[in-house]
Amino acid sequence: MVVTTGLLFLSAILSWVALYKVGIGHEEADIKVLRWMDVGDMKADWAFKIDTLTAVMLVVVNSVSALVHLYSWGYMSDDEFKPRFFSYLSLFTFAMLMLVTSNNFIQLFFGWEGVGLASYLLIGYYFKKDTANAASIKAFVTNRVGDVGLALGVMTVFLVFGSVNFDVVFNAIAENSDRRLPFLGMEFNAIELIAALLFIGAMGKSAQFVLHVWLPDAMEGPTPVSALIHAATMVTAGVFLVCRASSIYEAAPITSGFITAMGAFTALFAATVALVQNDIKRVIAYSTCSQLGYMFFAAGVGAYSAAMFHLFTHAFFKALLFLCAGSVIHALHHEQDMRKMGGIRKKVPITYAAMIVGTLAITGIGIPAIEAKIGFAGFFSKDAIIEAAYSAGIAGSGSGSFAFWVGITAALMTSFYSWRLIFMTFHGDYRGDKHTFDHAHESPKVMLVPLALLSLGAILAGAVFYKYFMGNAGDFWHGALPSKYGAGHAAIAPDYLMAAAEGSADGYDTVKHTGPFAFLFNTFHGYPRWVLFLPLIVSLSGLFIAFMMYMRGEGAAKHIRTVEETGGGPLYNFLLNKWYIDELYDVTIVKGARKLGDIFWKIGDVKIIDGLGPNGVAAFAAGSAKRLSKIQSGFLYHYAFVMLIGVAAIIALVFRTVGG
Amino acid sequence: MFEGLPILSLLTFIPLAGAFLLMFMARISKEDAQEQLAKNAPRVALVISGVVFLLSLLLTLDFDSSKAGFQFVEDTSWLGGGIDYRLGVDGISILFVLLTAFLTPLCIFASETSIKSRMLEYMVAFLILETLMIGTFVALDLVLFYLFFEAVLIPMFIIIGVWGGKNRVYASYKFFLYTLLGSVLMLAAILWIYNFSGQQLGAPTTNMETLINELKIPGGVQTWLWLAFFASFAVKMPMWPVHTWLPDAHVEAPTAGSVILAGILLKLGGYGFLRFSLTLFPNASLELAPLIFWMSVIAIIYTSLVAYRQNDIKKLIAYSSVAHMGFVTMGIFAFNLQGIQGGIYQMLSHGIISGALFFCVGVIYDRMHTREIAFYGGLVKRMPVYAAFLMLFTMANVGLPGTSGFVGEILTMVGAYQVSPWIAAGAALGMILSAMYALHLYREVIFGEQTNEKLNDILDMNRREVLILAPLAIMTIVLGVYPSLITDITSASVENLIANFNTATATTGN
Repeated sequence: MVVTTGLLFLSAILSWVALYKVGIGHEEADIKVLRWMDVGDMKADWAFKIDTLTAVMLVVVNSVSALVHLYSWGYMSDDEFKPRFFSYLSLFTFAMLMLVTSNNFIQLFFGWEGVGLASYLLIGYYFKKDTANAASIKAFVTNRVGDVGLALGVMTVFLVFGSVNFDVVFNAIAENSDRRLPFLGMEFNAIELIAALLFIGAMGKSAQFVLHVWLPDAMEGPTPVSALIHAATMVTAGVFLVCRASSIYEAAPITSGFITAMGAFTALFAATVALVQNDIKRVIAYSTCSQLGYMFFAAGVGAYSAAMFHLFTHAFFKALLFLCAGSVIHALHHEQDMRKMGGIRKKVPITYAAMIVGTLAITGIGIPAIEAKIGFAGFFSKDAIIEAAYSAGIAGSGSGSFAFWVGITAALMTSFYSWRLIFMTFHGDYRGDKHTFDHAHESPKVMLVPLALLSLGAILAGAVFYKYFMGNAGDFWHGALPSKYGAGHAAIAPDYLMAAAEGSADGYDTVKHTGPFAFLFNTFHGYPRWVLFLPLIVSLSGLFIAFMMYMRGEGAAKHIRTVEETGGGPLYNFLLNKWYIDELYDVTIVKGARKLGDIFWKIGDVKIIDGLGPNGVAAFAAGSAKRLSKIQSGFLYHYAFVMLIGVAAIIALVFRTVGG
Repeated sequence: MFEGLPILSLLTFIPLAGAFLLMFMARISKEDAQEQLAKNAPRVALVISGVVFLLSLLLTLDFDSSKAGFQFVEDTSWLGGGIDYRLGVDGISILFVLLTAFLTPLCIFASETSIKSRMLEYMVAFLILETLMIGTFVALDLVLFYLFFEAVLIPMFIIIGVWGGKNRVYASYKFFLYTLLGSVLMLAAILWIYNFSGQQLGAPTTNMETLINELKIPGGVQTWLWLAFFASFAVKMPMWPVHTWLPDAHVEAPTAGSVILAGILLKLGGYGFLRFSLTLFPNASLELAPLIFWMSVIAIIYTSLVAYRQNDIKKLIAYSSVAHMGFVTMGIFAFNLQGIQGGIYQMLSHGIISGALFFCVGVIYDRMHTREIAFYGGLVKRMPVYAAFLMLFTMANVGLPGTSGFVGEILTMVGAYQVSPWIAAGAALGMILSAMYALHLYREVIFGEQTNEKLNDILDMNRREVLILAPLAIMTIVLGVYPSLITDITSASVENLIANFNTATATTGN
């Protein structure tokens, strides 16, 4: 415990140093450690490639991991298998680091599946619980579906480029941009195909719609795990992959459009489900799913830096929210149902304060359209994404416009469900078991220190790092991400964003509207002001609606009772049951696989193959099916002899045919 | 290192000599000493197989992996008429020799406690089995190869038939019937080749090197001969749809029998494809590759789904073996470096992983005498060490990167993808399905609440069991992290094989 945590704090400090050196000092490195696969052109090494993109991930992974390790001292203090828990956590961190430091697709795949393994082990950590076991398998198998896409993508990369090394591949994209490949009966542009297949992998790991089903169930794992793996780090691996392979996506406009649409849809879908969930962790889980959607549509419209920025800030505030939820759960003796919470803010004041900070960050509270950077972390990153989608939209990208409006709508819902969570948990009257309430207590210091540090991140990460991530100050990315939009996104008018970030946007403020609402239509750094204000407005509206619903009168208690009495109505149930997607999969895929397995086994193997094969031969030889039972009594030579005769006849035939 | 020593003959026949020694001692010792002898038989066998392992290790170290041809060749006249006693190894066969020599001592060590009757005879059977397996891999004469290849079945047949479970007779019947069909056809083909070599080369021969390098079999006949060899190899692999003997054989075989069956015997088919089908019948191989491809992919998907539905632990692993062998055939018939190297890798890796999995089943079978999945559950609490080992091998079986299982799977898929994306995509489905059945098994046996009271006193692995599984665990990880250990040895031979194959299919294409 002490060892793992201590080492991780060391790594965390070192990774901040690395970010400084790489991001500011441009000391990129590519260190080969050991030969791994070396078969013909298929060469992959165990290697560490450190550029700004990796350095950012290192900071995120190591910082959150270190804090989660520390937090777990308190959270897991009465667990009987602590060493197992901490070794899994460290295994995860190792695999995640291998993933982000890879210089080739194969090592990336190693880390990719390695984090999947750690995630599987940690989700199923409470191995006695059937639900936990089921959830862990679901997570692994669903991820495997994505991994198949990723694996096929890597194979296609090898086929097209003859290498799996990042640098080799990314430098050879231009000369291969017109290649076409047959795949599954159709012909595709090779780069588009690669991009699409890799994205399937990203969808699995980052829980995007269709492959999202495992993430909410993954909440069966201990809460620190949810914070580390299922919020801050592992689930963002998909976003990292798309950014890492941004050179490929730059040359794949169709797939990028698809990513935009898919990301936007997930952002909306997950937000709608989060509106009505009652399990505190599931609300945050769907919120994660939704925020990942934001990151993807940012990457889809070509704003990779915005995607990475949101990944960075999200890691802090989402880990914070999860750890706060963990603190609440810890205080209430493992109660996770918000219907049985309420009014506990006085019992856990520090947790409450931290959770408010996290909520302000995720709902994006800040002051738009001013030069000074004032606001919580999520304000900067989420608005950057929404602005990017807006730019893409006005530049003619249909999926961009879609993403913009969806982003706004989802922001409204985000605000609503986030505040609903706060109000249901911390405000109003307590609705659970009185004994639990009396014994509710603030968490120990080892758990509060991580909360404090993460709160700091949730407040400052946006304002401090904006100029680096978005403004590329000091050439922060140094080629790790495309600094200008590539061919695929040329239409987005890249200078909009760049100029906005650098604060030299005077040239774009030339259009002056007049009239009562002119202020909103006049631009700031190239954007009409309404675009900049809208996210804040919807966020405040979400807060307002949640306040009206859950803070006035009886508040939450009334809604819970209404649902109990009326059943909640079709829309409510549709959302509560997550659009019935789990049920759909269960009926089609899970039951289908079982059924098919049974058919192949009992009919294919037993009836057809054995029936016509060995048993059939025996029956035939004996002249009567009745004597079949004698096989078991050992009249083996009998049948073997008959077979020999048959085979001899075949041989004779063969010899005659071939003329031997 | 071995100048002037018939090292391959030694490797092959030391176990046989050991078997004779044991039988001889049983013959001369008196009635009252028999029991003592049976007790000591495993130790004698262990020493003998240990020596063989050390020798094969030295052989591998001494092997010059930069050369493509056969090394340590021995050539003595034998039956005359071009049928000689010839042995030799190249980069493809030497590692199978090593794998055999590696697994056999482990099997013998494990059997010392798990076999309850006729210990001495069991050890004799195992030693003879080792001789025949090594012989198959080192034989360089077609007739000699055939003898070893077919004779391997006899001790295995006996091991299942004598020391097997309740339905052992039915299992051995099925096993025998299937393999017999293939063997006879192959024998006919060998006879034809012998005949034909006389016509084409002047003097008939079964020298494999000569046949491979010089014999040019006309196109139409190639197909027939290919099919005859195929009948034998496909059953041994086993490929779908001639796989149904395997689950029964595994279920009935004693633990060590299963280990050898999965670890080595299944590899004879793949080795045969590489050694004969691709070299003697290149055009037919090319022509019929689609058949192999589809059979492989069907095997992967079909048997994985069947594995998912099994109630018997051994059956589940047996079906998963069929699926994994599907990757092997798919890779071999991609005819490219990644595919063939991957196929060889997959065979070696599967030899280790499936061997380890069957040992794992043996551990709980020895304690509870049932392989019923439903009987178990919640073992992790009582057997944490066991749970950790089984987790490693389960993940290796699933093909997790970092274990040897991944290397074989990804290389064969990369190989196949270059030929047919459909096939690679189909095989990739196997990645999902293997996770389904393997994790299902693990969950049912290891996780969950322990409800069966009979498991209350179950003990964790003892030192012997750890000693058996630890080397396998180490190899699984070492080969997963540093595959070049294997691919460096095989690459020259495989490159040569592919070059010859490409020349043959390019020039004599018809």
